[in-house]
Amino acid sequence: MPNPIIVAKDIVKEFQLPGGWLSRKKHSIRAVDQVSFDVSRGEVFGLVGESGCGKSTLGLMLLRLLDITSGSLFFNSIDLTRLTSAELRQLRRQMQIVFQNPNSSLSPRLKVLDIVAEPLRTHHIAPEKQMREQVLLLLDQVGLGKQHLDRFPHEMSGGQYQRVAIARALALNPSLIVLDEPTSALDVSVQAQIINLLVDLQQKLNLTFIFISHDLNVVQHISDRIGVMYLGKLVEIGKSEEVFMQPLHPYTKALLASIPQPKIGKDKELKTLKGQIPSVANPPSGCRFHTRCPSVISKCKLSEPELIAVSIDRFVACHLVVE
Amino acid sequence: MAIKESISNIQSLDTPPQSRRTLVHIAQVILRDPLALLSTIIIIVFFFVAVFAYQLAPFPEQGAGKSNPATAMLDPSPEHPIGTDRLGRDMLSRIIIASRPALVVPIVVVFLAVIIGAPLGAIAGYKGGWLDEVIMRITDLFLAFPFLLLAMSIATALGRGLDKAAIALIVSWWPWYTRLTRSIAASLSQRYFVMAARSIGVRDSVIILRHILPNCISPILVQATIDLGLVILAMGGLAFLGLGTQPPAPDWGLMVSDGRTFIFKQWWLSTYPGLAIFIVVLAFNLLGDTLRDVFDPRQYR
Repeated sequence: MPNPIIVAKDIVKEFQLPGGWLSRKKHSIRAVDQVSFDVSRGEVFGLVGESGCGKSTLGLMLLRLLDITSGSLFFNSIDLTRLTSAELRQLRRQMQIVFQNPNSSLSPRLKVLDIVAEPLRTHHIAPEKQMREQVLLLLDQVGLGKQHLDRFPHEMSGGQYQRVAIARALALNPSLIVLDEPTSALDVSVQAQIINLLVDLQQKLNLTFIFISHDLNVVQHISDRIGVMYLGKLVEIGKSEEVFMQPLHPYTKALLASIPQPKIGKDKELKTLKGQIPSVANPPSGCRFHTRCPSVISKCKLSEPELIAVSIDRFVACHLVVE
Repeated sequence: MAIKESISNIQSLDTPPQSRRTLVHIAQVILRDPLALLSTIIIIVFFFVAVFAYQLAPFPEQGAGKSNPATAMLDPSPEHPIGTDRLGRDMLSRIIIASRPALVVPIVVVFLAVIIGAPLGAIAGYKGGWLDEVIMRITDLFLAFPFLLLAMSIATALGRGLDKAAIALIVSWWPWYTRLTRSIAASLSQRYFVMAARSIGVRDSVIILRHILPNCISPILVQATIDLGLVILAMGGLAFLGLGTQPPAPDWGLMVSDGRTFIFKQWWLSTYPGLAIFIVVLAFNLLGDTLRDVFDPRQYR
């Protein structure tokens, strides 16, 4: 892979659950279990999966906003797991995050000016005298103007809100931005505006995006490559159009079959997955998907399939595909 | 790109919510709720009386403590509307002058308790881990004693006097603010805007000052309002036991204590200062409840 910006190898996130007061045994859940993938510079990597599959946790880990339990993670060939907190703070200039909308990603008591200026102030990028102009330039990039400078977050709409969050992420001129469900809380029309804005910015500034979403249509639209996650594991990675045209993993197939298509007549039912998502705290033996897989074979219950390259840039973790 | 254009034409769907100015909102809620309005008026009157105590009291020197044996133990009369005490001092003047310490001491006590308690709570809640353990176990140490007993012991150790009683109250009061702030800070530290600040590379100390503490203010303000009343009560308790204000200085708690020997014949000696405490404490409580509703109707109920 040419010039990877992120190289993750076998990264694991375990959360400790408090045990009962009588039991000595400590419970832990693996929210992200031995995930390996690369992201190359300037591409948009989509991460999809049902809620609770660990995709947001993975996003936070990539920026070291959550500690990594085990595995290795390189950003621009720098080992993120071995940085001191001061080194990490410096490196943060190059990687930013935009969160899901629900009125929580902007400090409720700060004005837009101060929110967008915070990264500039923290890293002493602009002198205080020029702060207003600098912030205005950033706001201009995301389609906001002077009239928004002195507003508080609660005085803005969902779309404007997310634009401010994007402006803040752009302020440090990062090379990587993790977008954690940036549009899922927005109205459809606003969603389209934000997606278009993101695509424009990505091309203009040559950014690398890791786009996390459960909305497959959006992911397909924006991503170069996608990774499909199920219960903390990556089950399929590939070029966006390949995965969507020809999904290999049964889970990916099921996900795609559940997208409502306007062409399908009303009499044709959407295929949905049967059964509940198993608990991450107690994942099924063997292949994690075997409890819901339509084409399960006996081997699936016994051994866990590895993520194996089936062609150039195409990885699948499924016994059926490999055989 | 017709779709793109048509989409940008429906900007109006994405309209910002109506902005609400907090102060205006508080005023609206207070005006709508009769109890809140009453408590606000009582507190305003209380402030006014405290500030102009020496102008309002009919006998300011007697109020401040000068005894006047000639008029000892008079029944209520036009000249002394609620009588005089056993040293001949006009009770109304005493009550009015005593409103000054009753206003100043709680403000100082609560303010300092917040200044000490809130930052510690914010650090504990945001940082977590061993620092959280250390800070919270220290507060547990203080909270393990019954509040008034702790304040009494400290006041006794320090000696008599209003200033010492105030110090005793501060020392036993700050852990409550640490607890309150810690619980808010702990939940705030999981919010996205704090994560975003971390992802920018903001230092922890700055995150606590800029993102955590300002967002703890509303619940602290609510608690502080209620506590203003409770400190008056505690002060009264300490003074009643002889630990707070020292005679001849006027104090509501002390007056209740002084008058209780004559409670059956000259009932007004204890009743009116008791009533003053009751009304002011109740007013602060009601105002605190109102502020709680204003800041976040869902938070506590």
